[in-house]
Amino acid sequence: MSGGSRCTPMTLPQAIEEVDMRRFTYMIPKSLDEAISMHVAHGERAKYIAGGTDILIKIKERKAAPDYLISLKHILGPDRPLFSQETGELYIGAFVTHRRIETSKTVRTRYPILHDAVKNIGSVQIRNVATIGGNLVNAVPSADGAIPLIALDAEIRIHGPKGRRSMDLLHFFLGPGQCDLETGEILTEILIPPVLPRTGSAYLKFGRRQAMELPLLGVGVVLSLEEDFKTCCRARIALGVAAPTPMRAIQAEAFLNGKPVDEKTLEEAGKIAAEESRVRDSIRGVAWYRREMVGVLVKRMGRKALQRIHETHGRR
Amino acid sequence: MGRDVSFVLNGLETHIRIEDHWTLLHLLREELGLLGTKEGCGSGECGACTVLVDGMAVNACLYLAAEIDGRTVLTIEGMEAPDGTLHPLQRAFVKHGGIQCGFCSPGMILSAKALLDERPDADEEAIKAAIAGNICRCTGYVQIIESIRSVTRKAEEKVKVMAWQADEET
Repeated sequence: MSGGSRCTPMTLPQAIEEVDMRRFTYMIPKSLDEAISMHVAHGERAKYIAGGTDILIKIKERKAAPDYLISLKHILGPDRPLFSQETGELYIGAFVTHRRIETSKTVRTRYPILHDAVKNIGSVQIRNVATIGGNLVNAVPSADGAIPLIALDAEIRIHGPKGRRSMDLLHFFLGPGQCDLETGEILTEILIPPVLPRTGSAYLKFGRRQAMELPLLGVGVVLSLEEDFKTCCRARIALGVAAPTPMRAIQAEAFLNGKPVDEKTLEEAGKIAAEESRVRDSIRGVAWYRREMVGVLVKRMGRKALQRIHETHGRR
Repeated sequence: MGRDVSFVLNGLETHIRIEDHWTLLHLLREELGLLGTKEGCGSGECGACTVLVDGMAVNACLYLAAEIDGRTVLTIEGMEAPDGTLHPLQRAFVKHGGIQCGFCSPGMILSAKALLDERPDADEEAIKAAIAGNICRCTGYVQIIESIRSVTRKAEEKVKVMAWQADEET
């Protein structure tokens, strides 16, 4: 076959040394227990890596300097979201890539809020390798993956040197870049509880640009209606970049509960959510504008959630 | 300390000893001399280093060489047929002015290939989403999108880019 010479290893004259990557040892465990014991053995000198799109940049920028990178990519488990017909739960392994979530038909049809969010994270190239668990443990205030999952009441499971534990995702975030993970612990699973009947949801990443950009604001709304298709029986409003960590607008949710969902109540819910938000000035936008937009976008996403309920049930 | 990896690079079985901290981009450019894959930002923002791993577009600058063991990698050098005939996508970029300075072209073409392999009939929206991670500083986006669209229209022509590979199998 011709063209073989193209692939022969060669030394370039004056090959430019890659200046930015620091030397490390890459370890490829096949099980969680193996990964955890590797971490225990190397302590602070070790870091876990899944897709690597964040940690490799941190290493290049000298913001992290691990001597050992422990890969979580080869630990066996389902590589896509799994919906259980029996329990009505959605199970997402933490090492599932954003692209697998984006292209999942189950997610697109049953959890449109999650589809809305993941399809605009990074780029195709990033989504093909970056994992949902990685998005969560980085704990940035803007984490697009976290907001819809919080609005869906997601629970997470964590494995570590001391065993397993579960918690709700909302309380996993402690501050910018900080989450409730102890040394050696791994976020392994995300579990979304059954969604009520007559539920609609929507997420908007609001910013100047959709791709390759952090949002100015992220707004996710999940609405469930009574049998009359008017009265709200459960509302979830989750906000990104509206506080140091992802947050829920609890008072706005409570306001909607038991009320008919219409332009007036959504408007009011938006105002309450804006008051609850703890927005601040940043390079991407000023606080007063963000607060205004929380109101506008909560209303807009509420409208979209409502529209989706009617679409799924063949009404209007 | 090195590590041996085996992978299929542009249709050829390749075995090589690598270092754990090498990126796929480093391996391709500095060790294998395949200079078609470009380094722009080095941090996954610009897409100039886009290559296909098992058919999926990835940023080679953020992909560890250690991770390609057992996989298939396609770079721009693997797009043309062994006799030098350009792939339909490459011809389209030439014909429609999708290339200006050329720095983004390899990445653009590979992102387009990943899209068309999955959706040969991709519409303009899908094309824009597929190349959202590829930046063109000449801002020739209109021509680039037109180049890709021109290939989608000929869906019956079997856009499967590795046509020469399919020939070998038959």
